[in-house]
Amino acid sequence: MSYPTRRSIRKRSKLMRFTGVTGEILITAGALMGLFLGWHLVWNDAIQGERQNQSAMGLAEQWEAPKAAPSDENQVPKANRPSNEEPPVTALPAQGQAFALLYVPRFGDDYVRSIAEGVDLETVLNSRTLGIGRYLESDQLGEVGNFALAGHRTTWGATFGEIGELRIGDRIYVEVPEGWHSYQFRNLEYVWATEVDVLNSFPKMKVEEPGTRVITLTSCHPRFSEAERIIAYGLYEGWFPRAGGPPSEIAELVKGDT
Amino acid sequence: MYAALWRFLPGGLILKLIQLTIIVVIVVLVLFEWVFPWIAQTFLSEQSTVE
Repeated sequence: MSYPTRRSIRKRSKLMRFTGVTGEILITAGALMGLFLGWHLVWNDAIQGERQNQSAMGLAEQWEAPKAAPSDENQVPKANRPSNEEPPVTALPAQGQAFALLYVPRFGDDYVRSIAEGVDLETVLNSRTLGIGRYLESDQLGEVGNFALAGHRTTWGATFGEIGELRIGDRIYVEVPEGWHSYQFRNLEYVWATEVDVLNSFPKMKVEEPGTRVITLTSCHPRFSEAERIIAYGLYEGWFPRAGGPPSEIAELVKGDT
Repeated sequence: MYAALWRFLPGGLILKLIQLTIIVVIVVLVLFEWVFPWIAQTFLSEQSTVE
């Protein structure tokens, strides 16, 4: 039987302190990882989505500023019907620059996000203010052909989080300074990440003259995975010049931000 | 580690709890605004594009 000496007490308490601190570090690490997941999967979507919305609203406000003459003195079409005019083709913006706004009522009553040039992750898709990017190899907005966009399904604002909820005929509006392009959702498709022919001027086909204007939204599938891609196609419906007012479905949202 | 922090903080129980709350809020804020975005950007692969 040995009595604990001063030395052995000090030794044991050293060991206990070491295990104690190690345990605390491990518990802290676990808590931090849990916190990270909560941030990444829930918190950041809400916060960043809201920020992206706010910044898009800011852009819409700028475009609203040059108010057109009252609509009764010219023969502009009814505000809720597209005009017969040819839509303007948007000039190529600088990479990473927001040049249009996307409105999809199916994604939420107050859904509006900026569309930027290019699909770079860091500067566009993960951005706090942007979130949607145009594929550089796709056709430009207003051109006959395929206007193809990418956005996240989950995380980073989940710009296209509700893409799977689109129903045939749902409107997809794209605002530019001159007015609004309107598309009607046609169908969803699920493809491998390598199937870049969804970006063709006529999706999935090689044709000389695409003949029609199409919008293509791409996002990842299934949710929280990047194994496949979900693709949403919309067909061009018409052009709403700014003078005639916004399409009635989004009129409140457009007016609300002035 | 945490025991040392507890001992380091001045004041009684209530004051220490208040200080701890402030510290936790600051740490979470820094993590959410700067550290986590950087980690996600740097280490996670999240492709949503076709290529």
